[in-house]
Order: sequence, then structure tokens, then C-alpha cells
Amino acid sequence: MSVLIIAEHDNKSLKPATLNTVTAATQINADVHLLVAGFECQTVVEQASQVAGVTKVLVADNAAYEHQLAENVSKLIVEVADGYEHILAPATTTGKNTLPRVAALLNVAQLSDVIKVESADTFVRPIYAGNAIATVKTTDAVKVLTVRATGFDAAASTGGSAERQVLSQVIASDRSRFVKEQLAESDRPELTAANVIISGGRGMGNGDNFKLLEGIADKLGAAIGASRAAVDAGFVPNDLQVGQTGKTVAPDLYIAVGISGAIQHLAGMKDSKVIVAINKDEEAPIFQVADYGLVADLFDAVPELEKSL
Amino acid sequence: MKILVSVKRVIDYNVKVRVKPDQSAVDLTNVKMSMNPFCEIAVEEAIRLKEKGVASEVVVVSVGSKSCQETLRTAMALGADRAIQVEAEDGLDSLSVAKLIAKVAQEEAADLVIMGKQAIDSDNNQTGQMVAALLDYPQATFASEVVIENGEAQVTREIDGGLQTLAITLPAVVTTDLRLNEPRFASLPNIMKAKKKPLDVKTPADLGVEVGSNVSIVSVTPPPQRAGGIKVGSVAELVDKLKNEAKVVS
Repeated sequence: MSVLIIAEHDNKSLKPATLNTVTAATQINADVHLLVAGFECQTVVEQASQVAGVTKVLVADNAAYEHQLAENVSKLIVEVADGYEHILAPATTTGKNTLPRVAALLNVAQLSDVIKVESADTFVRPIYAGNAIATVKTTDAVKVLTVRATGFDAAASTGGSAERQVLSQVIASDRSRFVKEQLAESDRPELTAANVIISGGRGMGNGDNFKLLEGIADKLGAAIGASRAAVDAGFVPNDLQVGQTGKTVAPDLYIAVGISGAIQHLAGMKDSKVIVAINKDEEAPIFQVADYGLVADLFDAVPELEKSL
Repeated sequence: MKILVSVKRVIDYNVKVRVKPDQSAVDLTNVKMSMNPFCEIAVEEAIRLKEKGVASEVVVVSVGSKSCQETLRTAMALGADRAIQVEAEDGLDSLSVAKLIAKVAQEEAADLVIMGKQAIDSDNNQTGQMVAALLDYPQATFASEVVIENGEAQVTREIDGGLQTLAITLPAVVTTDLRLNEPRFASLPNIMKAKKKPLDVKTPADLGVEVGSNVSIVSVTPPPQRAGGIKVGSVAELVDKLKNEAKVVS
């Protein structure tokens, strides 16, 4: 049976996490359909039709879907769900917002943040912030999953030529209204999408010292993060927090500066490909997970590192 | 306005998680348990709404075995008025929990249901959305600001790449993100007072909800361990390793 994927997009372009989800879907079944629900989203439909492995694109183009309101999109998905045994979405804030509603309306479970497909009914997902890995099997008639992008390679964005089907359903709740959106206008990448992250901990001493990390971040195109200790101490705002209760990240390179390596922080970054730790305490637990540890005063090492890059 | 807040008792966020040798689950014996951090934020937000005069009553609910009464008492020590324990085995699946909470929300005629965005044990991030779907209520997940006026909640949400603001008509479900507030600590007099606050116990049968799931655990294993790294002696050596060995810096 075909797999339905809810495409992630901003009405202008298809978001890369969709491509990783397509790869997960093709491991379940070769017949992969993409649902593009949006408004004036023709370019997204074009891109979706070209994704390798996608056989059909369902298009719901209406103002009701412009902001991906969960109330509207979930009911639309349920209306088209007939005939699909699997419904997938990327585990982004949009997918996480909408898909559990779909599962509840279908009276089935949702499996969140799937990182591996074992078979059509058995999937692997991290629990306890990745401190344990659960393999779960579901006998639900419809399997609803969100897919963690870092668990799967991206499907090729070209090479496909999917047929298109236009959906005429318009579902518009009058109890949920979009007011505004403020997207961060930073030249730096988002923490959860960054290839390189440099994070500071309590050892930074104060908020001003986080400026020390900016030079390296600029040179490496890195996002800046922080440990919970640094956030709790008021050095930086909460949204920089990497850890169990903050953001879970898995960049190619993670540089931990003045971070001791509390369990709660390690839970959020230990899947990074390469970890560098700079800390003056050679007993700091961060060194146990670091590929490269440098025991040094960060106020000497960080400026020197910036110069050497 | 009446607010219903759900709380979950989970392994404390500072405890190192260990998997049982038979790979059936995470070992919870003799482990410190606490209120899920996102639920603490939900309780705090409800109490602040009451302190502002927006809410008149804060009811807190937890689904689980008798030990979750401790978590409910904590919520009452923080300021919740009364509590409901839905007696069930621990670790019930999200959909069953959502059905139970939805039913309690209906019986209580709650105008607003505030829940943590996810529990730090199962990491599902779905129960709040499911409650909203089951009740056909609007939802605002991952909230970093909640303003109630004219029968509406204006909620600022943390989304990938920034913030989004939605206006949802009450009754509604809001789930909390980290930036919403900083939870207070319970004072000793309030902990004592909480012992006298009412705590009702209900069963799924009382609520007319059948619980159960078609999902079974095949195994729970520890994550792959990172191979031990090396210490470098200088910044120059570090840069050399990053460029030539790890090849993550060009």
C-alpha cells in the first residue's frame, strides 16, 4: 500500500526535511505520495513532483492551509487518508504540531521521531532524549509516524516525475487564526539545522563573553548554542539551550566551550559527528564524549582558535 | 475561567538513564522521580493566570499509579487548587492518556487545558495535540507566551526558525515550551497546605474510557557508545586534527 507524506514547505519552497522523510517512506513501500497543503504554493508542487521516488503529488491549494494550522490540515489529511497504511511527516515543529491530531482522529497511535525503519510495522525511535533506543512494533491499521531528518539520507530533489491530483476539500476552522510570524533574521543557521555548532557553558562567566564565540561561528558558518547552566545563570536566552529539555542537535561538528558536560546537556548533543571540548578542568565529563579534548583556559584558547581557522 | 493542567511523573532530568539487562525497558527502580519539566512550566503558567485574576480555579490531573499522587501534591504546593489522579498503570500510551484527559476536561468543563509539550521519558510530543483533536478544540503547541482576552488565547509559539502567533478561541489546548516561564519553588508552608487540598481518584472505567494500545516494545537498548577520544595539547594540534583527520573544517 502507498505511503502518504505531508510535505514541509513555506508556500515558496519544499523544505529539505521532506526529502529525508521520502527516503524513510521508500524503505516502507515504493509507492510514495506527497501531500502539499498550502496557499499559492505552485512552486512547491513543481519541486515536489520532481523528487526522486515520489509517484504522486496531492495538492490542496487554499488560504485555509496557508499557515499550516493544525486544525485544518489534520482534517484534510484524515479525509485523504483512506487507502494509505502509512502516513508520515518530518518531525519538525509543523509535523509535530499536526500529525498527533491526525492519529487521534484516526484512533491510532503515533510513533514520534523515527530514526530507522526495520519493516513496514517495526520502527526504531530514541526515548529519554536518546539515552535509550526503543524498537517498537505496531499493529494499527494506519501507521502514523514523524521522521527525524538526521536518521535518513535526503532523497534526490530531481529525477522524479510524479502525477498530480488536485484536492478540492476546504477545511477552515473559525476557532484558530494566524496573527503573525517573526522568523529569525540571522545570518547564522538555526541550531537544529546547523552543520556546525559552537556552544558555551557556565565557564563563559557572563553573557558578554559569548561574543568570543561569534568570531568562530562566523568563520565556520556555525550556530551558537548554550548549556542549561549558562541559560540558568542568565548568560543567554533559553532558545539557545542544547540539552534534554532544550534542543536536540546532531551537527557534523560540535564545539563545547566551558561546558562541564552534565547528563542533560550530553543528551542533546552526543549524536554529533565530531565533538570538540575546550575546558580547563581536565576531569570534566564532557571529555568522555569528546573526540578532541583541549584542556585549556577558554579565554586563551578561543581567541587563538579563531585566529587559526 | 477554569484551567486544567496535566502533570506526569518522570525520571528526574539529572539522572543517568540505564536500560534493564533484559532490554525490556529503562530501569526505574530506586531512581529519583520528579515532575516532568514541561509540566512544571504548565503548572506555573496556570498559577500565574490565576494570580492575575484571569483564572478562577486551577485543577491538576495526572494519569498513573498511586505514586503520581506525590506529583499532584507538588503541583498543589505550587498553587493548584485541587487534583485528580486517574488510576492506571504507569507508562500508558499517549492516545489512552489523551482520551482520559479529554474526558476529565469535559467533566470539569475546563476553559483551557495547559500541558507540557512532551514528557522527557517517552519523548512523544503528542498528548496535548491528541486531547485537542479528541475534543475538537483549537490548539497552540510549544507556547512561549500566552495572553488571554475576550474569550481568546493569543499564543506565541516556538517554531523552527522563529516565532508564530496564533489566536485560538476557548476552550482550547495549549502546550508549553521552555521559554514560557521560569517555574517557582514550593515553600514549606505551601507544601504543608497542599497536603490538605482535595485529591480525587478516578478510574478509566469511571470516565468511560477504554485504554490500550496496538504498539508493543520489541526492545529498549542503550545508544551506541562513542569511542573514547583523545586530548590534544594545543590549539594548533586541534585545528590540524579537525582539518586533516576529522575533515570537518576546511
